[in-house]
Amino acid sequence: MTIGMMLSGENLDERFGLNRNVRLMGPVQLESGAIFAPLDFAYETYGMLNADKSNAILICHALTLDQYVASANPVTGKPGWWTRIVGEGKPIDPARHCIICINVMGSCMGSSGPASIDPATGDAYGMEFPVITIGDMVRAQAILLDHLGIETLQAVVGGSMGGMQALSWAVQFPARVRSAVVIASTARHSAQNIAFHEVGRQAIMADPNWSGGAYYGQPLAPSAGLAVARMAAHITYLSEAGLTEKFGRRLQNRPDGSEGAKTFGFDADFQIESYLRHQGVSFVDRFDAGSYLYITRAMDYYDLAEPFDGVLAKAFQGTRARFCLVSFDSDWLYPTAESRRIVHALNAAGAAASFVELSSPFGHDAFLLDAPELNRIVDGFLRAGENQ
Amino acid sequence: MTMLRPDLAIIARNVAEGSRALDVGCGDGMLMAALRDHKHVDARGMEIDGRDVASAVTRGLSVVQGDADSDLADYPDKCFDYAILSQTLQTTRRPDIVLDHLLRIGREAFVSFPNFAYWRVRAALTMGGRMPVTAHIPSLWYETPNIHHTTIDDFRDFLKSRDVQIKGEWFLSGGAPRGGRMANLLAEHAVFLLTKK
Repeated sequence: MTIGMMLSGENLDERFGLNRNVRLMGPVQLESGAIFAPLDFAYETYGMLNADKSNAILICHALTLDQYVASANPVTGKPGWWTRIVGEGKPIDPARHCIICINVMGSCMGSSGPASIDPATGDAYGMEFPVITIGDMVRAQAILLDHLGIETLQAVVGGSMGGMQALSWAVQFPARVRSAVVIASTARHSAQNIAFHEVGRQAIMADPNWSGGAYYGQPLAPSAGLAVARMAAHITYLSEAGLTEKFGRRLQNRPDGSEGAKTFGFDADFQIESYLRHQGVSFVDRFDAGSYLYITRAMDYYDLAEPFDGVLAKAFQGTRARFCLVSFDSDWLYPTAESRRIVHALNAAGAAASFVELSSPFGHDAFLLDAPELNRIVDGFLRAGENQ
Repeated sequence: MTMLRPDLAIIARNVAEGSRALDVGCGDGMLMAALRDHKHVDARGMEIDGRDVASAVTRGLSVVQGDADSDLADYPDKCFDYAILSQTLQTTRRPDIVLDHLLRIGREAFVSFPNFAYWRVRAALTMGGRMPVTAHIPSLWYETPNIHHTTIDDFRDFLKSRDVQIKGEWFLSGGAPRGGRMANLLAEHAVFLLTKK
């Protein structure tokens, strides 16, 4: 049975299914002090909520991903971004779980963000959209889960920024989270993480089309700046060894099909240049520069220990959740040391924690790629929770 | 618990029902699973080998990848009833510091190790003139993880010098339990239950 079939049949509850959109009045109290309402949510669910509502799994997505975790993205036409983990016979399985994936607040795939229309003015929020945090994204998600009638989650699962949300869920809503799977993630953004994000933001704001953020509704968007931001960020998602293996110093074939050669100019002579340019250009078709600013800012503000006098263990004091952390040895964006720091804090708080560092040449992106060991761990961890 | 390695079976028999235990060097979680299933122990593990950690996690155990030499320092004092170190002491870079941590983290510590003064080991070295290879010391000299071999008598002296109290001791040879008489010569393997005085 495919995910589509599971949903097309008897599931008459409009709140569940593919491509859901809902506007809720909230409001959500933001960390900045602002209060935001109404809240638009774009989300998908797969599988049925069981009778005692104990099989709900929330999947949190990374910076530029979306709610299309296991179904085709209508913008790009590409398959869901985590079909390796989510789907029939996979560790997160619609046959067993009620799976929810919500486009994060601040994004541009249907949930409230700077590109959304402010119902009060009829124009895009633009820079009037409030600056949000990872904690705010989670608070907003909780409002949607209330709407879905889901009180507790069997698991919150996420990689990268999704892992930050999973950790924040366990800290902010300890009674609602039975387990958390945190992959290639961190409990705080480091100076280096912030630095790379700032390069991206400056690239966007240096684009003449940025217009102080007032480009919504205008013919030109700051696409060149956003493409550069994506190029810089994309490097951090890969490893040096991975880049060397994939591209080395190899030259790109010329547009006329002739063999690559140095042009003694500034075209994309090297394959890596061509690849990065392609990454940048294709990114702007599916993502909004304003959202990029807001979400990277949320990630930079993220430090789970900050409200707890800087002591991470105190953040986990109230949790009864089980935790499973996975890092990748070639990930230098959120390196293993960051996962270990979380594990130490969980141990100090007496929480049930598992942690493993997996080997991969693919850097941070490894969590999105084929990793049989990751599947085995996530599957075993989730099943252990179901058997208790 | 009949499937457990003999030294693990001794530990499993002597752990209190419903206690909290940290198994350092837990492998794929064999002992932890037995403690959980038969004694309702809240067991946590640490293991250096990632594949073993993955296997333990798929058993539903809470195991973190880590190194006894460097990562025990991060556990708070007395957060477990027992800290368990089976067949691992002799592989650590600083067995003395590891033991300090075990007795700090756990109210009591189980420590098991192969006895280098076992008569077969002595014979292999003195008569054969070779580094011993036995059931409990199976590796050749150049590939062995065992970098700090000890004997039962050396271990006792070490405990005395550190004010560590022995609350229980068990000896094995050929996988079968044996008495403590002339253990340093006749026991292939020792299990101690320790606490800080």
